[in-house]
Amino acid sequence: MELIRPELVCPAGTPAALKSAVEAGADCVYVGFRDETNARNFPGLNFSRKELGEGIAFAHDHGAKVLVAINTFPRAGQPEIWHAAVDDAARLGADAVILADVGLIAYAAAKHPNLRLHLSVQAAASNVEAIRFYAQRFGVSRVVLPRVLTVQEIAAVNAQIRPVETEVFVFGGLCVMAEGRCALSSYATGQSPNMNGVCSPAAHVRYVDTASGTKSQLAGFTINQFNNGEPAGYPTLCKGRFNANGKTSYLFEEPTSLNTLAMLPELINAGVTAFKIEGRQRGRAYVAAVVQAFRAGVDAVLAGRPLPDMDLDRITEGGRQTTGAYERAWR
Amino acid sequence: MTDISVSLPKLTLGPVLFNWKPEHLRDFYFRMADEADVDSVCVGEVVCSKRSPFFAPHIPEVVARLAAAGKEVVLSSLALIMTERELREARELAGTEDFLVEANDISVASMLAPKKFTVGPLVNVYNEGTLAYLESIGASRVCLPAELPEGVIATLAKTAKAELEVQAFGRLPLAISARCYHARSRNLAKDGCQYVCAEDADGMDVDTLDDEPFLAVNGTQTMSYHYLSLINELSSLRTAGIGRFRLWPQAVDMVAVAALFRRAIAGTVSPAEAGAELERLCPRAEFANGYIHGREGHRYVEAEE
Repeated sequence: MELIRPELVCPAGTPAALKSAVEAGADCVYVGFRDETNARNFPGLNFSRKELGEGIAFAHDHGAKVLVAINTFPRAGQPEIWHAAVDDAARLGADAVILADVGLIAYAAAKHPNLRLHLSVQAAASNVEAIRFYAQRFGVSRVVLPRVLTVQEIAAVNAQIRPVETEVFVFGGLCVMAEGRCALSSYATGQSPNMNGVCSPAAHVRYVDTASGTKSQLAGFTINQFNNGEPAGYPTLCKGRFNANGKTSYLFEEPTSLNTLAMLPELINAGVTAFKIEGRQRGRAYVAAVVQAFRAGVDAVLAGRPLPDMDLDRITEGGRQTTGAYERAWR
Repeated sequence: MTDISVSLPKLTLGPVLFNWKPEHLRDFYFRMADEADVDSVCVGEVVCSKRSPFFAPHIPEVVARLAAAGKEVVLSSLALIMTERELREARELAGTEDFLVEANDISVASMLAPKKFTVGPLVNVYNEGTLAYLESIGASRVCLPAELPEGVIATLAKTAKAELEVQAFGRLPLAISARCYHARSRNLAKDGCQYVCAEDADGMDVDTLDDEPFLAVNGTQTMSYHYLSLINELSSLRTAGIGRFRLWPQAVDMVAVAALFRRAIAGTVSPAEAGAELERLCPRAEFANGYIHGREGHRYVEAEE
């Protein structure tokens, strides 16, 4: 089978990051509007309509595409906000929209039959039947796979769903729960990825000094604690330490981030169409470094060369990295 | 003369989410068939396909007993379907002709359509657009996600053609994963899990480093530490158009819990009495109802008298 040259799909939280990503070799850049319609609804982040139009023009001038994430779940009674986001992305010439909600996908498919639809990871389509549901009923062209499948399972999925494309996360923050199916954040803080586009939001974070160090809290719940002199990590709920079964541990996951550079040959062989880098909340230097590393990695694999030795340790959370669910032992 | 009881909300006993021993689970359902005042009972493994083979031999006798007792039987699907075997089992379930099937993943809804089916709370139905689409392919009942506040529920109820169900009692299912945290808590991998989730009939408590109760783990599922109780909200939700409530089975006297909710629905027990009675029935539990009030899920908002 001929290898697909995977597109690199890179995050941009700001117009400056978009330019950096394109200049660093991104094939696609994904962005969101500055509101609750996308899953990175953070202060100071994202694009106005005008900025999106300019960003699309810049990307197209440089041979890159722009994908617009509208991947929260519309609030009942107020679908207009989400419908307007889809309409504006189409009007401004976005190359695709990335959607999670069945109703919004149905809207987009009916209203904009020529608009390319990608299924967000937040829809957690974890099997071929789920993927066919979106592809056959709404014409979804590409599915971003949830971070629950092994590389072998991804290969098996691809063999059954072509010409529908798959996109997988290759680097960055890592959900340990099936995406879009997790309400831990709202249980603690009242705000969730699905409803508000945020997880473990910063407004609910507090660092409390104690005699021995620092506690990091989310909405008053201690998520982790650090000794004096140890850097206090951000209290993402599923990457904290808890007491269970008589011991203290990182019960769900360590504060780690996904790095699949070493697995690129396997992922390419699995027939994945696009590699996604997480981090619309990251700065342009981060985005540029990661894009350059993956650009070099993908090009090396396709040219039959060994993977270049690339050090991304300094930009990963706490230096710790994982290949996550792509390897069965993670489960 | 209209019979007022006709319009009273119904009760669903949700599927048992925990890994109870097969004989224990069978006896639980026998007792529910014989004694519990509920309208519908869900049966089937939702959380982990590794558990399914053990209870499968008992399903025919359990379903027969429930049906003979006049309960509507609903067969619940797995929530996170990843492997070929899980897909095959879901297709077999979707082929069932005799009973309603509850889709807990969109793939199962797709397999069931255009046949009539129900939608479980682990499928994301947040708005009227998604609700209308699922109705158009056969959804006749939808149990809504835990996070939704009453205002959203009321908005959905205005346009719903399907019967809407709201979770009203028990630990809330909050997240599902490919990874097993029960196994991980014992330094085991999921493949060699030794079925340690069976050791915690009500889930494994998860406390913060300050020993504050927070969450509960049930294999690959993460749940609330607190038990949801909407016993004081039943009446306003009924006014908002909700015709059915779900009770999640916990390791407490579910016959008594169901009877109490029935009385609360009928208005033959005051909210204060009902709350006190529920505390007696669940002595280890702390209660929460924050989501329905638009608050954090773990909060308990006192009823306005």
